[in-house]
Amino acid sequence: MTTNKIMSKEDVRRALMRIAHEILEKNKGADNLCIVGIRTRGMALAERVNEYIKQIEGEPVPFGVLDITLYRDDLTTIDTQPIVRETLIKFDISGKKVILIDDVLFTGRTIRSALDALIDFGRPADIQLAVLIDRGHRELPIRADYVGKNIPTSVDQNVKVILEEVDKQEDQVVIKGREE
Amino acid sequence: MSEWTKRNLLDLQKFSKEEIEMVLETAKSFKEVSARDVKKVPALRGKTVVMLFFEPSTRTRASFELAAKRLSADTINIAASSSSLSKGESALDTARNIEAMNVDAIVVRHSSSGVPQILSDNLNVSVINAGDGCRAHPTQALLDMFTIQEKLGKIKGLKVAIIGDIRHSRVARSNIWGLIKLGAEVTVCGPSTLIPYGIEHLGAKVNYNLHEVIEQSDVLMPLRIQLERQQEKFLPSIREYAKQFGIDKEKLKNAKKNVVIMHPGPTNRGVELSAEVADGEYSVILNQVTNGVAVRMAILYLLLGAKGKSKVVK
Repeated sequence: MTTNKIMSKEDVRRALMRIAHEILEKNKGADNLCIVGIRTRGMALAERVNEYIKQIEGEPVPFGVLDITLYRDDLTTIDTQPIVRETLIKFDISGKKVILIDDVLFTGRTIRSALDALIDFGRPADIQLAVLIDRGHRELPIRADYVGKNIPTSVDQNVKVILEEVDKQEDQVVIKGREE
Repeated sequence: MSEWTKRNLLDLQKFSKEEIEMVLETAKSFKEVSARDVKKVPALRGKTVVMLFFEPSTRTRASFELAAKRLSADTINIAASSSSLSKGESALDTARNIEAMNVDAIVVRHSSSGVPQILSDNLNVSVINAGDGCRAHPTQALLDMFTIQEKLGKIKGLKVAIIGDIRHSRVARSNIWGLIKLGAEVTVCGPSTLIPYGIEHLGAKVNYNLHEVIEQSDVLMPLRIQLERQQEKFLPSIREYAKQFGIDKEKLKNAKKNVVIMHPGPTNRGVELSAEVADGEYSVILNQVTNGVAVRMAILYLLLGAKGKSKVVK
């Protein structure tokens, strides 16, 4: 078992700042944008990206939190029932451009669940996906619009995003698992 | 709480403190689902929940049915009056036949205590008790606890008074079990004929002085006088009961400033609770009903979810 640090606190900050700029560039400003983070770490990242958007544009955009547990496709096959946490989207997403944010993009199944969940809240103009890490191995036709860092991995490795506000430790991204 | 292993909900005696807290925590998340425009999540898609009601019910049955439907489960309703039960079939046989149709859960209400236990001993499906005799009504107690926690921010250390017909009340027994487990102090109050012998053994205190009880309590929970069970003359008259034990504005003068008044329904207005109080500022009766759906969603989700058979690692 090895642990490799692949992003430092500063790397995470720069990547998120770049993503904030890319979002604003592609959407020509913050008009009609909103940000939805996927619990738990996507939520923390989304809050930070929104803070950067505020620094750049002067104002934050509407912010929501999504818990995808009830939309998982493996609810009847997994061993123990996952804990359901609250979804908080207090604005109408219909007609809005939704930036969906998660920490790691892997099989794509979480994002599939999140898309289903979002559609239950309304009909957005479009949904764009931002992730801090894309580690490959997709099982569904899903891709990210904004990526902090692409990391080639093997399936049995584990990519862990550690964030101050969730883990009470300095920000970093590590890979755990066997060497290639 | 690391692992959820319960498949049945028969009464709260069988649930640990941690398990009760897990249900209440999960219910919080489900409350939001009922507030959406699209009040449906796919968590229990493909599951079937059967309501088997041998006793009439409005609230509980509607609440369970909505809870199941909002989780995308399919539901059917079987009421005693319109089924083979009226032709003499036993409750267990009826339940066995329903199980043979490959359902996933049976929600049962019966006038005899212990029927849900018998069903769960003999069947493989999840059995959920929606009230059996004078014994237990666990989902009502859970939604009461959820409402108390929501209104007062905690349960531990609170003084809760259950007032009235304790003798015939499954709601009282379930609440005593649950609330004491979570650290509340429960006092029962009412005419001595309606306070059952030995209720102290469940951990509740008995106080026959309503004024004292009102002064000391954070939560007042008057119960319905079960008129259908009054043939044995536990009370001289309903009017006398209303005068002595009915909660009205006058009696509430000495209550704590932010007292919470609950009622499991159906209410007999003007008997255990005056209309003024039932609709007044302290009353959370309709919040209880709203929360009932969320709590039952949590129960269905937890009982019918993961099977514990295969392991999927993500």
